[in-house]
Amino acid sequence: MTVAAAAQPSAVAARFSPGWISQLLQRYILHIVVIGLTVGWTLPTIGLLVSSFRPFALTKTSGWWTVLTPLQFTFQNYTDVLAQSNLGQAFFNSFMVSIPATVIPVTIGAFAAYAFAWMKFPARNWIFLALVGLLAVPLQLTFIPVLSFYVNQLHWTTSNLEATGIPGLPWVPLWLAHAGYGLPFSIYLLANFFRALPSDLFESAEIDGAGTLTVFFRIILPLSVPAIASLVIFQFLWVWNDLLVALIYVGGAPEVAPLTVNLADLTTSLGQGSNLLTSAAFFSMVVPLIVFLSLQRYFVRGILAGSVKG
Amino acid sequence: MGYQNGISIGPVYGGATARPKVGDLTMRVRALVPVLGAILVAVACGTSSSANAGSVKVIAVWSGQEQASFMAVLAPFEAQTGITVQYESTRDEDAILRTRVAAGNAPDLAAAPSPSLLTQFAQQGKVRPLNDAVDMSALSSSTSAGWIKLGEPLNDGKLYQIFSWAAVKGLIWYDPKNFSSKNYTVPKTWDDLMALQSTIKSSGTPPWCIAVASGGAADGWPASDWLKEIVLSQAGPSVYDNWVAGKQKWTSSEIKSAWQTFGTILGPNDSNVYGGKNNILATQFGDVGTPMFASPPKCYMLNQASFITTFFTSAVPSLQAGTDFTFFPLPDINTSFSGAHVVAGDSWSMFNDTPQARQLIKYLTTAQAQDIWVKRGGKLAVNKNVSLDDYPDPLSKLSAQILVNTQIAKYDATDNMPADMRTAAWKGLLKFIGNQSDLDSILADLDKTQSTAYAAA
Amino acid sequence: MDFSVLLQDIPTLLVVILGVPAILAAYIVGGEFLVRRLPDKNRPQVRPWIWVGPALILVTGYLLLPALGTIQQSFQNNEGVWVGFNNYASQFADFPTGGAWIAIRNNVIFWLIFYTLFTLAFGLVLAVLFDRVRYESAVKSLIFMPMAISSVALGIIWIFMYSYAPPGETQIGTLNAIVTFFHHDPVVWLQDQWPSENFNLLNNLALIGAAIWGITGFAMVILSAALKGIPGELLEAARVDGAGEFTVFQRVIFPLMMPTIVVVGTTLVIFALKAFDVVYVMTSGNYNTDVLAFRMYHQLYTAGNNGHASAVAVILLIAVVPVLIFNLRQFRAVEARR
Repeated sequence: MTVAAAAQPSAVAARFSPGWISQLLQRYILHIVVIGLTVGWTLPTIGLLVSSFRPFALTKTSGWWTVLTPLQFTFQNYTDVLAQSNLGQAFFNSFMVSIPATVIPVTIGAFAAYAFAWMKFPARNWIFLALVGLLAVPLQLTFIPVLSFYVNQLHWTTSNLEATGIPGLPWVPLWLAHAGYGLPFSIYLLANFFRALPSDLFESAEIDGAGTLTVFFRIILPLSVPAIASLVIFQFLWVWNDLLVALIYVGGAPEVAPLTVNLADLTTSLGQGSNLLTSAAFFSMVVPLIVFLSLQRYFVRGILAGSVKG
Repeated sequence: MGYQNGISIGPVYGGATARPKVGDLTMRVRALVPVLGAILVAVACGTSSSANAGSVKVIAVWSGQEQASFMAVLAPFEAQTGITVQYESTRDEDAILRTRVAAGNAPDLAAAPSPSLLTQFAQQGKVRPLNDAVDMSALSSSTSAGWIKLGEPLNDGKLYQIFSWAAVKGLIWYDPKNFSSKNYTVPKTWDDLMALQSTIKSSGTPPWCIAVASGGAADGWPASDWLKEIVLSQAGPSVYDNWVAGKQKWTSSEIKSAWQTFGTILGPNDSNVYGGKNNILATQFGDVGTPMFASPPKCYMLNQASFITTFFTSAVPSLQAGTDFTFFPLPDINTSFSGAHVVAGDSWSMFNDTPQARQLIKYLTTAQAQDIWVKRGGKLAVNKNVSLDDYPDPLSKLSAQILVNTQIAKYDATDNMPADMRTAAWKGLLKFIGNQSDLDSILADLDKTQSTAYAAA
Repeated sequence: MDFSVLLQDIPTLLVVILGVPAILAAYIVGGEFLVRRLPDKNRPQVRPWIWVGPALILVTGYLLLPALGTIQQSFQNNEGVWVGFNNYASQFADFPTGGAWIAIRNNVIFWLIFYTLFTLAFGLVLAVLFDRVRYESAVKSLIFMPMAISSVALGIIWIFMYSYAPPGETQIGTLNAIVTFFHHDPVVWLQDQWPSENFNLLNNLALIGAAIWGITGFAMVILSAALKGIPGELLEAARVDGAGEFTVFQRVIFPLMMPTIVVVGTTLVIFALKAFDVVYVMTSGNYNTDVLAFRMYHQLYTAGNNGHASAVAVILLIAVVPVLIFNLRQFRAVEARR
C-alpha cells in the first residue's frame, strides 16, 4: 500500500501523446523528487567521506569532487586514527555510557508520560508545562551545582568510584545526569503519543479487570512502538555524540572516557591533525547508524489496525 | 562564586521511596537497598582508600601529538619518583576547569595556554602560592626575571604561576627561494620592510598573506598578533604595559597610530594582502601559508608565531625548513625600543598543595623536563639552561635565540587582558580588516569595553 | 588498536544492560504491588506519584533546582552580592547593536523563523513523500545520517561546504564551486553580511542552513512515526470517497498529525533558542551572528561572569514562555475532544 498513491490506476493514453508524457511524468515525478532531495541532502556527507580518503594536502588545494582526476586515494586517515586512539576501550566506554543513559530516561519517561496522559492528579498540566519549559535550560548552567553536589555531598568523583573496584560504577553519575537532561523530551514526546491512543482501549481493558501494569505493558507500550523507537534513537545518539557532559562528570581519563572524548583528542590544541577528524567522524557514526537501521523496522503502519472503531 | 551553597539538590534516587504518604513501603525499599547500599558502601570505602600516596592529577590542553610530547616529558619523572601522573587533556579548558574548580573537584595542577584564566583563579584564592613549592633561587638563576614576574599577577610577592614552554610571536615567514629569484633582501629596518612591501606590490603580487579565522572561542586572535607587535615596537614597553592593564585608552594617539600602522601593512582596502578582506577573514589561520608556497607565489610574507611551521609541512609535505621557509624578526619600528618581542607561553598553577604536585611542578621548571619537549619540536624552553643545540632544526634554534636574547620581552597583550576586553579587541580587529575607515568607532567601542571589563575582573 | 578490552568487559556490559532495566521494572512492579494494598479510595491519589515520581526527582535535581539557582544568580554578581537588575541592564544596553540585542535578534527572528519553519515543513514533506515509496527505509536512513554526526564533524563538513578562495582561484568549497560554475563571484558565506550590516541575513542563514541540515532527520523521524500511527483504513476510506491526495493530506493526515507537529515544532523552537554548536565552531558569534547560548557560554566560561551568563539564560527561558502557553491550549483542546 505504500505505493498506492503513485500507482493509482489511470486511463492509458496513446504512446508519446502529450497525455502519455504527463502520465509518465506523474508516475515518476515522486521518485525524481524523493531521490533528488535525498541525494542533495547527502552531498555534504559524501564530501566528507571522499575527503577522508584523500591525502590531506590535496584537500587543501582541490575540491573533493575532483577525486577521480587524478585518482588519489589513501587509507592514511583511517590507519592513523586506529593507531593513535584507543578505540577498543573507547567504544566499550561509550556503550557503558550510552546504553543505560538511554534506557533510564526512556523507561522512567514512559512511566511518567503514562501518568501525565491517562491519570488525574493535582497540578498535572502545570507540572507538564514546567517539564517542557525545562527543555530550554542551558545545560552548562547545571554543571556546577550538580557536580558540586556529587563531589561534596555524595563523594562521587571518578577516582572514588573507580577505587571501589565495582565495574561500571564510575559512569553512574553520568547515567543519572543524562537521564535528568533527557527526561523532559522523553516525557513530552511519549505523553503526546500516549494521549493520542483511543480511550475505548483502556475502558474495555478495565472492564476486563486488567490492572494499571497490564494496561501499560500490554496495551500502551506495544501500541507506541514507533514513538518509543524514535525516542530511543534520539536519546541514544545524543548521548553517544555528547562530549561536554561526559568531560564534566567523568572526565577525560582513558579508562572512562567515551569515544567522543577520545576522538576529540586526535587534534592538537591548535587544531593540527584535523584531517583525522574526517575519518574519526565515520568511526563514531557507525554505531548510531546501526541503532537507527535496526530500529527502523518498528516504524510500520498498522500497529493500531483494528483497534479503532470505525 | 557559585550557587552551590544556596541550593542543595535532593537525593537523585530514593526520594520516591521516602514519600511518607505511601504508607508501608519497607518491601519496596528492601528491593532497592542492596543495590543502592552497595553503591554507597562502596563509595564510602573508596573515599577512604583514594588517598593514593603516589599520584597527581593534571589538566592541560595538549592533545594529539602534543599529548605524546607531554607524556614523554612525564616519563622520566614517573620513573624517578614512582608518582603516577593522571593526565586529562581537553580543548575546552575554560569550561572544564571553571566547572571543576567551582564544584570543588579541581585537578592538582593545570597548565593553560594563556595565563588570564589562572590569574582569575589566583584572584579568587583557588590556587596555592608556589614560592615554597619550587626552589626560588634555582628558578631565578635558570629563568629570566620577566617570566617570574609574569607569574606574580597579583603583585603581592607571591608566585602563582610558573612557565614551562614558550613561543615567539611576530616572526615574518618567507620562502627564501622566492626572495632570491626576485632579488629581494631581508629587511633590517622598518623602512626597508615598507620599501620591500611596495616593491613587491608594484610587481603585481600582494606582499602579504594574512588569515585570521580559527573558529571556537578565539576567532580572530591571529589579527591581534600584528597589533601587539606594533604597539610594543612603536610605542614601547611602558605604553604596552599600561595598555594591557587597562590604563591606556584605545583612542589614545599611541594605540590609534598602532592600528594605523597595521593599516599600512593591510594597504588601502586591504590591497596589500592576498585575496583582500574576504580571504583574510574566511581563511583558517593554519592555512595562511599555502598561497605563499604556490608557484608562482601568491604572496611573499606572513606574520605568525614559531609554531606555524607544522602547519606548513602538513599542508605541503615536501617543504623543508630553512630552504623552503624561514623567517626574520619583525624589524624595530622605533629604534629606541629595539629588540622588543612579544612572547607567549604555557603557564602552570597548583590547586591542591600535595607533595606529589610540588614535586611535579618543581620538575617542570627544570632544564631536564623542558629539554624533552624541545627536542621533540614545537616548543621553546623557558629555562635558560636548555642548550640551543637541543633544538631539532635551525629555525627553532633561531627562534630560541631570539627568546634568549630579547631585551624587552613582553607577554602576549590580549592573552593578559580580561576576557571581555580580549574578545572585544579580536572583534574590533575583524571589523577593522573588514573596513579600515571604521577605526574611530571601533576604538571608541573598545574604550567603552575597557571601562567595564577591568572593573568586573 | 586493541579490541580485547571490549571482549574482556562484556560481562560488565551485560550486567548493566540487563540490570538497569530490571531495577526499573522492579520499581514499577513493586510500586503497583504496594498501591494495590492501599484502600480503594487512596489508590488514585497515590498511584500517579509512583509513576511520575522518579522522573520528577531526576528533573528537579538536574534541571529545576539549577534553573532556580540561575534565576537567583542573575540578580547577583560573582561575589554573590545582590545587584538588582544590573546584569539584565547590561544585556539590554545600547539598542539595537549593544548588549545582547544582536543575539536576541538572531535567535527570536532569524533562527526561530527560518530554522523552525523550514525544518518542520521539510520534515513533514519528507515524511509524507517517503511514505509513498518502496525504498522508504533507504532514503530515510540517508536523510537521518547527519543526525548521527557529532557537532564537531558537522562543523568540519560545513567549513568544507562554505570554504572560500578568491575569485579566479580553485574553489575547494562545494557551494562556491557551484556558484562560480555559474560565473558568479565566490561568496564568503560566513562573513558576508548581505543585505546590510544591520540586517545581515546571508551569514546567519548560512549558519542556520548547517543547523537545519543536522536536525531535519529528527523532525522527519518523529513525524514519520506519527504518520504511521494514522490508521490505514481512514486514508483508504477518504480515497474511496474520491478525495484527491492533497485533500487527503489536508483533511485527514494533517489534522491527525497536529499534536505531533506541535510537539516537534515546540522542540524545534527550543532548539532554535538554544542554538550553539554551529555558531561556536564556525563564527564565534562574529560578524553579527551571535546567539544567546553562545553569549551565555562566553560569559560563563571565557569571561567567568556568572551573573551575566545567568541573565542571558533567563532571557532564553522567558522566550520559551509563549510556546508553553500555546502548548497548554493545545493539550487542553485534545483533552476536550476525548
